[in-house]
Amino acid sequence: MTNNQLTESGRLRHFLTIEGLKRPLLTEIMDRAEQFSSISHQQVKKVPLLRGKTIVNLFFENSTRTRTTFELAAKRLSADVMNLNISTSATSKGESLLDTLHNLESMHSDMFVVRHNQSGAAEFIAQHVAPHVSVINAGDGCHAHPTQAMLDMFTIRRHKHHFPDLRVAIVGDILHSRVARSQIQALAILGVGEIRVIGPKTLLPTDCQSLGVHVYHDMEEGLHDVDVVIMLRLQHERMQGALLPSAREYFKRYGLTEEKLRCAKPDAIVMHPGPINRGVEIASTVADGPQSVILEQVTHGIAIRMAVMSMTLGAQSEQEAQA
Amino acid sequence: MTTATDIHALLQSMAEEIRQQLGDKKPLIVGIHTGGIWIAEALSDLLGADFFDAPLGTLNIAYYRDDFTRIGMHPQVAPSDLPFSVDDRHLLLVDDVLHSGRTVRAALNELFDYGRPASVTLAVLIEREEGHELPIHADIAGQSISLAAEQQIKLTNDGKLQLEIISDGSSK
Repeated sequence: MTNNQLTESGRLRHFLTIEGLKRPLLTEIMDRAEQFSSISHQQVKKVPLLRGKTIVNLFFENSTRTRTTFELAAKRLSADVMNLNISTSATSKGESLLDTLHNLESMHSDMFVVRHNQSGAAEFIAQHVAPHVSVINAGDGCHAHPTQAMLDMFTIRRHKHHFPDLRVAIVGDILHSRVARSQIQALAILGVGEIRVIGPKTLLPTDCQSLGVHVYHDMEEGLHDVDVVIMLRLQHERMQGALLPSAREYFKRYGLTEEKLRCAKPDAIVMHPGPINRGVEIASTVADGPQSVILEQVTHGIAIRMAVMSMTLGAQSEQEAQA
Repeated sequence: MTTATDIHALLQSMAEEIRQQLGDKKPLIVGIHTGGIWIAEALSDLLGADFFDAPLGTLNIAYYRDDFTRIGMHPQVAPSDLPFSVDDRHLLLVDDVLHSGRTVRAALNELFDYGRPASVTLAVLIEREEGHELPIHADIAGQSISLAAEQQIKLTNDGKLQLEIISDGSSK
């Protein structure tokens, strides 16, 4: 994946993947999000930064939470937002995608927020949009979900401050998870002390070690002494693919219970990108327990998306100013 | 240019003026990042702990500026922090230099997103006589000065407040 998401001066023009980004940029995203968080203290929870900009949420795959937080982020920046839910047709996807795109460009859109079940969809769109349009990847296939990874990093930083001192475990279906992929990249760029992945062999990528992570198949062992536990959603469709015996069996081995959580540090935080499957990958007592920061993650998602939206559109203005 | 002692004299005359105008109104003080906060802190010290009704509020107007579509994002500064409700209160808004008036315009917009103050009084250390682009003037100014359009006046703080005039148009 090339870094055509950056301008010549290294500013974020699109936000497609964490891969290849440098630590100062990730830190800037989090710092900006911190600033935007203060807007929630205002009576009028809005800043006029993106007034007059048009942002299109282009969702080829359903996602209520991600779409809503992108929409809210855009509205808090005073942009106009359109939500388009487009179900993919089985045939001629490439062609219909570009047609859709050019139609939306003709409506003077400034940004596409793209969610698609095909890996590389956001990148493809970014290659074909008009020069003044920014593209943000809101999740593509098994590839990447960079804003989710950044809101997770932001949540970790709020609670744990110094990344190099941390031990972070990601539990579940790493193989099919765009969230996990982006998280691992972000954790590595931020210099986290140790990254662990925990799950059954069938749900871990074969190249795990080369990603610089430590692999565990036993949950208790993997959770030992960690500061952060990130649970992933078990996608039901995987179960039908004979990758897993049953939901009950999975919960027994890899579901996060209070008992298993006791292997982690006493002040460890528990995260989950949602939606959670209670009793499948996480027990209700943990999801609702004192160590859970799951709902905070949702709140932070708004600020992170505001940061990324304003930075990408800001980089466009910078470029025009230099031209 | 202006020495630390001069600035102290300017601040003292501003504090006196503030006492006269707002003394009986239980005002709240708000400084604009970054220089405005330094001036607001200095004024708070001079006026004493009880003069203002709450700790100093700070405004980062970066997201209310009018030049986003021209130059993009501004460098980061600390977030705005108003540790009080502005509703029905008399506010003293403080900045270091008043020139075009655009910063104050942005600050007023931001303040009104926090609520509906009873009044806003503008105090600045330096008011430039030329270059106003909006109908905004200081209620209280330490000093009014006349500078050429390409000249900048800048407040610095390395433990001591100092004013500096930069004539080279290229430096910010």
